[in-house]
Amino acid sequence: MTAPLLAVRHLVHRFPGGVKAVNDVSLDIAAGETLGLVGESGSGKSTIGLLVTRLLAPTAGEIRFEDQDITRLPPAALRPLRARLQIVFQDPWGSLNPRMTIGRLLEEPLALHTRLDADARAAEARRLADRVRLPVATLARYPHELSGGQLQRVSIARAIANRPKLIVLDEPTSSLDLSVRAGILQLLGDLQRESGVAMLFISHDLETVRLVSHRVIVLYLGRIAEEGPAARLFDNPAHPYTQTLLSAHLPPDPGIPLARHEVVGEIPSPVNLPPGCFFAGRCPIALPACSAAAPDPVVLEDGHRAACLRVATGTNLLAPAEERP
Amino acid sequence: MSLLEVEDLHVEFAARGLDNRVRVAQALNGVSFTVDAGEIVGLVGETGAGKSLTALAAMGLLRPPARIPRGRIRFEGRDILAMPEREVEAIRGRRMAMIVQSPLTSLDPLKRVGDQLIRMQRVHGTTSRMAARERALAMLAAVRIPDPERRLRAWPHELSGGMAQRVLIAMALVNDPVLVIADEPTTGLDVTVQAQVLDTLRDVVTARRLGALVITHDLGVVAHYCQRVAVMFAGRIVEDGPVRDVFARPAHPYTQALIASTPGRIARLGFRVTGGTPPDLYDLPAGCLYRDRCPRATTACLAAPPRLAVAAAHGAACHYAGEAA
Repeated sequence: MTAPLLAVRHLVHRFPGGVKAVNDVSLDIAAGETLGLVGESGSGKSTIGLLVTRLLAPTAGEIRFEDQDITRLPPAALRPLRARLQIVFQDPWGSLNPRMTIGRLLEEPLALHTRLDADARAAEARRLADRVRLPVATLARYPHELSGGQLQRVSIARAIANRPKLIVLDEPTSSLDLSVRAGILQLLGDLQRESGVAMLFISHDLETVRLVSHRVIVLYLGRIAEEGPAARLFDNPAHPYTQTLLSAHLPPDPGIPLARHEVVGEIPSPVNLPPGCFFAGRCPIALPACSAAAPDPVVLEDGHRAACLRVATGTNLLAPAEERP
Repeated sequence: MSLLEVEDLHVEFAARGLDNRVRVAQALNGVSFTVDAGEIVGLVGETGAGKSLTALAAMGLLRPPARIPRGRIRFEGRDILAMPEREVEAIRGRRMAMIVQSPLTSLDPLKRVGDQLIRMQRVHGTTSRMAARERALAMLAAVRIPDPERRLRAWPHELSGGMAQRVLIAMALVNDPVLVIADEPTTGLDVTVQAQVLDTLRDVVTARRLGALVITHDLGVVAHYCQRVAVMFAGRIVEDGPVRDVFARPAHPYTQALIASTPGRIARLGFRVTGGTPPDLYDLPAGCLYRDRCPRATTACLAAPPRLAVAAAHGAACHYAGEAA
C-alpha cells in the first residue's frame, strides 16, 4: 500500500495563552481526494489548515507530505515544497497585494518556483487566467477593480500555478454571494478532475462541504468527533454532536421540516477543557464514563468512525426531535 | 393598513469622482413591500442589492449624501419621510426597533449590559430606573438568557456571540415596539446558535404579534422563519410572495438562479447557473436590470418589466413571470 499524500498523526497545537486549539488529530488525505473539515468557531479547523501547510509549527505530532516528514522542517527546506502544497484563504481582499496587477500576482508564484523567463511567465499567467475563467483584460487590473468572486479566482489561480498536489481551502466561498459561490465550487471541481489535485476543504457550511467532499471530518474543540464518507456521515450521523450540528442546519427549502436536537449549556473554554469527551457536558445522553476519559473512535463501517462511547453499544442516537413548523 | 408600507422607494448617492465630476449611484430603484402585524417578512438578496439601505430608510436613518428622490415609507399609516426628525426620534427605538448584524460592535463596550438596557428605556423617558431595571431583567429572561440577574452586570466582552445577539434582541424589544427590523441577525453565528437566536426572535414576534422584517442573504433563514419573502436585485424587488409559494414556484429568473445555486440543488441537478456581476449603479441601463445575466432575455426586456401576479399575493417583475422556462 502506498503512503497517503498527506498523513497527520496525533497533531496538537497550543496557542500562547493556553488555548488548546488542536487536540490529538490524525487524518489522511489521498491523492485526488477532497477531505472536508467542518466545525463551529473554535473547533480548530483553520488551525489545522495552517499546521498542515506549515504556516504554523505544531506543538506535537507528526505531519508527513508525500511521505516526507515536514513536522519540523525549517523554512528554507519548506520553500521548494510549497509549490506542491498550497493554501487559499477566505478573504481574497486581504490575501492579495493591492499594489500588484492581477498579471503580476499570477506571475509571482511562477517567478518563485520556476525558471521561466518574463515572456514565458506572462504567457503562463494568461493561461492560468483562462483556466480559472477570468477574462484576459483583468490581467492589467488591480485587486480593487475586481469583484470578490473574481479575486477568489485569482487566489485559486495562484494556488494552482505550480501544479500542486494538495490545496488547503480555508472557507474559500464563505465571503461570496450564493450565485458566485456556485461558480467557484464548479471551478474547483473542474480543476480537480483535470489535474487530480487533492483538497482539504475547510468550512462551517455543511451543505457546501457535503457537495464538494469525498470524506468529511467533524471537529469539536480541536478533536475529531466523527469522520466518514460524506454521504454516509451526513445521512447517518453517529456522534451526538454531529447529530445536533446537522439538525441545526436550515436547508434552503421550506418543504424540508426541521427536527432540531437542542443542546444545553455553552461550549467549554478551549483554555480549560474538561476531561473525557469534550461534548459530554452538553450531551443529552452522556454517561458517567463519558467524563472520565476521552473516548476512542469506534468504527461503524466503511471508514465511518465516531468518538463516542455509546456507539459501541448502539445507543448513540438522540431521541427523535419534535418537528417544527 | 399594514404596519409598514414601503412604496416605490428610490435612494441615490451623489459622489464626486477623482475627475471632479459628480456622479449619482442609483442604489434603490423603486422598492415596494409591506409588513403586517404578526408576520415575519424576509428581504433576501446578494451584496449590493440594497437590503440594508432599505432597512435604514425604513428606520428613517438615511443621511446625506443619501437622498430619497421618490417614494413613500408609511409606518402605522404615517409618512416617515414627511415627519420632522423629532417625531421620527420619538418612534425609533420605541415603536420600531432595529437589530443589527455585528452584536459585539453594536454594544457599548464601556457599559454593562444592564445599564444599556436601562438607558434604552430612559432615553424615551418613560420609566423610573427601578422599573427599567425590572423590565431589563424580564427582557433578558424573555430572550432566554440563562441567569439574567448575573448577565445584567456583565460587560459586553464577557458575552459569547450568540449571547450578545440575544442581548441586542432584548434591547430592540425592551420598549415594546410593534415593528422590528433585523439586519442579518444571525450572520457570523454558528449554526446551533443561529437556530436558537432565530427561535427566540420568532417566539417573541408571535407572542407579541409584532411585525418583523428580517434581512438576510441566507435562503435557509427565509425558508424556515419567514412567512413572506421579497427578493431584491440591484435596488429593486424582483419577486415577492408567500415563502412556500416562492420556493416551490419561483417566477423570476433571478430567484430561480438563486435557488438553483444552493448546494443541495447543485447536488441533485448539477451546476446550472454561473454568477455574473450586478449592473453598475452609476450607470443603470433602462429596462430590466437582470437582462444581462438572464437566460430568457429578449428585446421585450429593454422595457422595464411590471410586477406580474403569478398567484395570490405572489408576483414577479418579469415580462415572462409565471411562464414555463
